[in-house]
Amino acid sequence: MLLGSESVSIFEMTVQGRAILFDIRLPRILLGACVGASLAVAGAALQALLRNPLAEPYLLGVSNGAALGTLVAFVFLDGYGFARPLLAFAGAGIATFAVYQMAKSRTGMNVERLVLSGVIVTTFLSSIIVLLTSLLDAARLRGYTFWLLGDLSQATYDGFYMTLAAATIGTIVLSSQARALNLMMVGERDAFDFGVEVGRVRMIVFGMASLLVGTAVAASGSVGYVGLIVPHLVRLAIGSDNRLVVPMSAIVGAIFVVLADTVARTAIAPRELPVGAITALIGAPLFIYLLRRAN
Amino acid sequence: MLKVKDISIRYGPCEVLRNISFVLDDGEVIGLLGPNGAGKTTLIKALNGAKPASFGTVELDEIPLASFSRREIAKRIAVVAQENETKFPVTVVEFVLSGRFASGSAFGWESTEDIEFAVKALEQCDLANFGDRLMNELSGGERQRVVLARSIATDAKILLLDEPTANLDLAHQAMMFRLVRRRCREAENSAVVITHDLNLAAEFADKIVLLKQGTIFAAGPPAEVLTESNIREVFGVTALLDKHPASGNVRVTAVY
Repeated sequence: MLLGSESVSIFEMTVQGRAILFDIRLPRILLGACVGASLAVAGAALQALLRNPLAEPYLLGVSNGAALGTLVAFVFLDGYGFARPLLAFAGAGIATFAVYQMAKSRTGMNVERLVLSGVIVTTFLSSIIVLLTSLLDAARLRGYTFWLLGDLSQATYDGFYMTLAAATIGTIVLSSQARALNLMMVGERDAFDFGVEVGRVRMIVFGMASLLVGTAVAASGSVGYVGLIVPHLVRLAIGSDNRLVVPMSAIVGAIFVVLADTVARTAIAPRELPVGAITALIGAPLFIYLLRRAN
Repeated sequence: MLKVKDISIRYGPCEVLRNISFVLDDGEVIGLLGPNGAGKTTLIKALNGAKPASFGTVELDEIPLASFSRREIAKRIAVVAQENETKFPVTVVEFVLSGRFASGSAFGWESTEDIEFAVKALEQCDLANFGDRLMNELSGGERQRVVLARSIATDAKILLLDEPTANLDLAHQAMMFRLVRRRCREAENSAVVITHDLNLAAEFADKIVLLKQGTIFAAGPPAEVLTESNIREVFGVTALLDKHPASGNVRVTAVY
């Protein structure tokens, strides 16, 4: 918290230092923690549901859906405080549904099909996003480009409260489905045979993942790969039982994004990087490694 | 008791099962035989509601299957389906415990009773020391036994087994059938087993249901169903019949 483009000492606290600390850095750290928890939990649950350790909100296009929703609110409904997270949620939900419909086939869902469907949805949404950003003026455009890559520098307490509420609800609800997810990650037919209401669990996971990703993206843009890296690390450490993986992903995700953002703030100080650049730097090689191992 | 009343199942325009009726009594093992594509797996799916019948009904203890919840059905009917694989590092004991889903609360952890059932099932399937092994590091046959153990651990009264012996060695084939047989004799449980091994079916089943192109070609005690003419009609193979030297049950030898 004391690190950054302007170094602040706890011992000689100036008025300016206090303002930097409590109005800028503290909300940024709190928001980062909630965004990290949200994205990691959404990733862990989607992976179990889709039986695919490579499922990740950013790669599936869910984050882009939320980004488009946010942008629509930003361009057309600026000034309505709740419009951004609400439309981001809707966008995430629609993108999730679209990817799922494209990826499933009669024979089930293989890794490649899911990843490809994610790419298609992502690029399609990106093109609409580019179209819409051309409507923005230059000053707003730079802020938006940064935000699109995942950026916590615009953190406010309002954004923090919103993501805190979503992260709490999402983590609790998805943890409550963890036993069903333990069966789902082995096979949908299995889960059905052993008493899981498969359709209901799927709706809950899609709904909660959309809520988590929607609010996170509305507050901080598309911070990529958190949902891939964090559950992977958690499973390495404690195994695959979703009753542990889901809540632990929340904690580790929070720590991970705060650390990544600290690097983003300090690496080339006094300039700043978007946090999404740091997470992608770690996440993309991990994705390649996991994909190679999956085959 | 499972009562199948005149069910037919369609996949789109083609009828996979036609007018199937039979009863699975308590304590009984039914061997479900027939060539590839005869509808055996579809019939197993119909028995636990995974593939609802287009016509006719399946009754569980005199009540239509459709009026039970998923969880209530899973408590009473357990399935050993053909192989499944997971890309996550799941341990054998986690896998077996996941089968206790229907008996416990959806949220929370397994009770000591759940763990007792799991441990006992692992022992019965000759997997006592496998608890901490990872599923995706097991051989095909070992994994198949874990899948059986998960279903045994549910303590369901009815077991539906879809080719449970496909990857098993001789000793474990016998173990699997003896286990299913004993469960049914001792505890009034019952089972439907799909197999391609006519002799195993003759040894362990009380009744045989022989399917051909989606209909029941013959049903009854093994000695009545496994006749030279039935085998020729259904499988298109000439067979010699005699008696098993130890058990005295009918024995089939195909002539190539």
